[in-house]
Amino acid sequence: MRRFLILLSILVLGLLSPSARAETADDAFAALGSPGFDSIRRGVEQLTLSGHPRTMAVIDALRDGRLYVRGDRTVFIKTAAGTYTAAATGEPAADAAGLKPIRINNAVRGAIDASVGALRLFAPDAATRLEGAETVFRSHDPAMSQPLSMAIARETDPTVKRRMEQAAASAVLFTPDAGEPARLNAVAVLRARGDIEARGLLATLTDQPPAVADAITLAMVAIDYSLQLWSFAQSVYYGLSLGSVLLLAAAGLAITFGVMGIINMAHGEMVMIGAYVTFMVQQAMRAHAPGLYGGSLLIAVPLAFATAGIIGIAIERCLIRFLYGRPLETLLATWGLSLVLQQAIRSLFGANNRDVDTPSWMSGAAQLGGLTLTWNRMYIILFAVIVLAALMAVLRFTALGLRMRAVTQNRRMAAAMGIRTPWVDALTFGLGSGVAGIAGVALSQIDNVSPNLGQGYIIDSFMVVVFGGVGNLWGTVVGALTLGIVNKFLEPVAGAVLGKIVVLVLLILFIQRRPRGMFPLKGRAVEA
Amino acid sequence: MKTDRVTIVTVALVLGTALILAGLNQFTAAGSALHVPTYVVALAGKYACLAMLALGVDLVWGFGGILSLGHAAFFALGGYAMGMYLMRQIGTRGVYGNPLLPDFMVFLGWKELPWYWHGFEWFGFAMLMVVLVPAVLALVFGWLAFRSRVTGVYLSIITQALTYALLLAFFRNDMGFGGNNGLTDFKDILGFNVQADGTRSSLLVVSAIALSAQLLVARYVVNSRFGKILIAVRDTESRTRFLGYRPESYKLVVWVLSAVMAGIGGALYVPQVGIINPGEFAPANSIEAVIWVAVGGRGTLSGAILGAIMVNFGKTWFTGALPEFWLFALGALFILTTLFLPKGVMGLLTPRPRTVEPSAPARAAAGEAGG
Repeated sequence: MRRFLILLSILVLGLLSPSARAETADDAFAALGSPGFDSIRRGVEQLTLSGHPRTMAVIDALRDGRLYVRGDRTVFIKTAAGTYTAAATGEPAADAAGLKPIRINNAVRGAIDASVGALRLFAPDAATRLEGAETVFRSHDPAMSQPLSMAIARETDPTVKRRMEQAAASAVLFTPDAGEPARLNAVAVLRARGDIEARGLLATLTDQPPAVADAITLAMVAIDYSLQLWSFAQSVYYGLSLGSVLLLAAAGLAITFGVMGIINMAHGEMVMIGAYVTFMVQQAMRAHAPGLYGGSLLIAVPLAFATAGIIGIAIERCLIRFLYGRPLETLLATWGLSLVLQQAIRSLFGANNRDVDTPSWMSGAAQLGGLTLTWNRMYIILFAVIVLAALMAVLRFTALGLRMRAVTQNRRMAAAMGIRTPWVDALTFGLGSGVAGIAGVALSQIDNVSPNLGQGYIIDSFMVVVFGGVGNLWGTVVGALTLGIVNKFLEPVAGAVLGKIVVLVLLILFIQRRPRGMFPLKGRAVEA
Repeated sequence: MKTDRVTIVTVALVLGTALILAGLNQFTAAGSALHVPTYVVALAGKYACLAMLALGVDLVWGFGGILSLGHAAFFALGGYAMGMYLMRQIGTRGVYGNPLLPDFMVFLGWKELPWYWHGFEWFGFAMLMVVLVPAVLALVFGWLAFRSRVTGVYLSIITQALTYALLLAFFRNDMGFGGNNGLTDFKDILGFNVQADGTRSSLLVVSAIALSAQLLVARYVVNSRFGKILIAVRDTESRTRFLGYRPESYKLVVWVLSAVMAGIGGALYVPQVGIINPGEFAPANSIEAVIWVAVGGRGTLSGAILGAIMVNFGKTWFTGALPEFWLFALGALFILTTLFLPKGVMGLLTPRPRTVEPSAPARAAAGEAGG
């Protein structure tokens, strides 16, 4: 092993000329073909050092028992198809008669493993090198110290270099004759790495000199602390993600309930309709335009807005306008409507959940330090921000938005100025319903698309709007995010269901303290 | 007084129907044309219990102006108290034959009875809890809500959140109330087999008596001086406050009374249907109770009973004959009643009353105040 390492360092330092390499490779193949485990092992080591382009293939074949030798000591690889190729050149073998498999023992296997590990550290591909470094980190094999330090010296990629240094540190800590300064240094490197694996590694270390043991304890405390910080950040992320879902579900309600004061218990059904529109769009695209399938959600968004919006306008014209000024009756009538809509969807599509696919660009996750950021949640957060910004822009910068604000602030004055208040009412309600439909597109990605989809969100949405303060979109934002984050922080402590109960009870108590929410409207509008 | 005549007719109808059904079930031969099958008796008893819930809702909504979307929570709590008594009566006859623990606790591997299950083996204690548990919850919740002047739809939404929170809580196995499956497989009540025809008939009569008594109490309360002030609170809360009354106290008293009425209904409901599970806490149940009152006629008391029986009869018929259409029918009922029948069926039955209550300006003012 020692000699192998010295040779390896020569290789790494680039001292071998191409011709010398060729010689080494020839020797290596000859050694592999020789009888006796010792010579095979030597062959593996020499081949590793030779830099021969087929090294990896040959060593893999040896490990898997697919390496064969002929009477003249020429080595062949048996392919998956059952044919033979010359190990050194990769050319198909003309004559496959009299081949015997090369057997290996544990000593050879050890050489193979070391060789594979070392080879990966010097692989041209940065990802393979990173993987190699991680493997060494986990095995913390002291024998790898030297190849690692060589690899570190010539590494250019900073990420890979840092991983290699951490691997070297782990190897140092498990080297029996390593000095105290080296150990302390290694502990510091692991402490800087600061993840659960580094902590696990430190926890397994025993019989260290006192100074090192102290450093290890300190490092573990520091790592625990930083892990807690990361898990805190992760909870915040989950909370933001839940909050943005709540925000999407409640944004439409902030218009219909918050701005118009209509208690629309069928709001959840608008969300549900949006989800079913997504399902139908995906079905249609699968049948007629499979090439555009990845963009199905982008097409579903305007369609869901239009469908839910038109249904909303119809509801306002046919039902709600007769009940203005009677909030409790509105509540009952729209609840009845929600039952009818649910049953209608159930009759049309069946009671079962419908499959809505997640496009490939929304699957997967990104890693940021100790944080795992799943893409679909990221997109929903982003989507919630866009929807909210669009909603605010509509209210603030468009003619419709101006009229809406005018009508809600002073209906009679607005009418006197020539605004057709009934139509503004219908369009406002349509806008709120359309936003609910858009929320349905997003929720179809994370929830079951069934006729009951909307029911699960209606109480939460009302809570968000009431908590944030009626008539105030920013209040809705703060309310949704607060509820989302509080929920996610309570979950690990109290469990998912109990956490939700606690949040509901806290909300009930909160409403007792601040009956008009966190950001109540001030002035004469309050009593209206 | 005219209203009292309606009440007397209602009491007579309720008691008479119950006695006739129970009598025909008990004292005629099974094959005879007059025989009433036991399932009809059980169904009638169930309607009577649901009518008590409706009566409670009408008392707070029709006279106090408090639209509760969580009244089924009190109903279910009463039911759970009764269910716990019935569970303790099973004794060693359960699947696991444990003399102390109900089956679901044995199944969960519990070793001893949770503290809140003690005492429920005594009927008297269980009945006290049927009254006390809903009353205490209503007292705490109402005290907090009315004191801080939470009114109108805000109150409706937090009552809904209350029952939703209880729904989630009772679904948990750790709560010790049987989780998802609830309490069921009852054997006997006060020594009588709950499945027996005689027990069923008796329970129907007891339910009818309880319903009649509740109606008389509710009528007495709303006709009293207290009731007059309550109606004043409903119509213009702020004006009543300026006159020197404390609206929150009046609301709190009627709120607790109505919770107790619903709890008693729930307690009588459980032995007749044979099960109590967290589904009874579903917000939809509470809202359905509100529509019974709206259909019958808000603020008429007798109308609440009529509405509860009519809508539930419709539900029984629809779910048997046209299950697909029940939700359409119920939904349509919500919409049509609120749009075209603001005074409910009682409004159709009684000719225009001489004293219109509340008057149009008062109603408008109440609307402005958020009621």
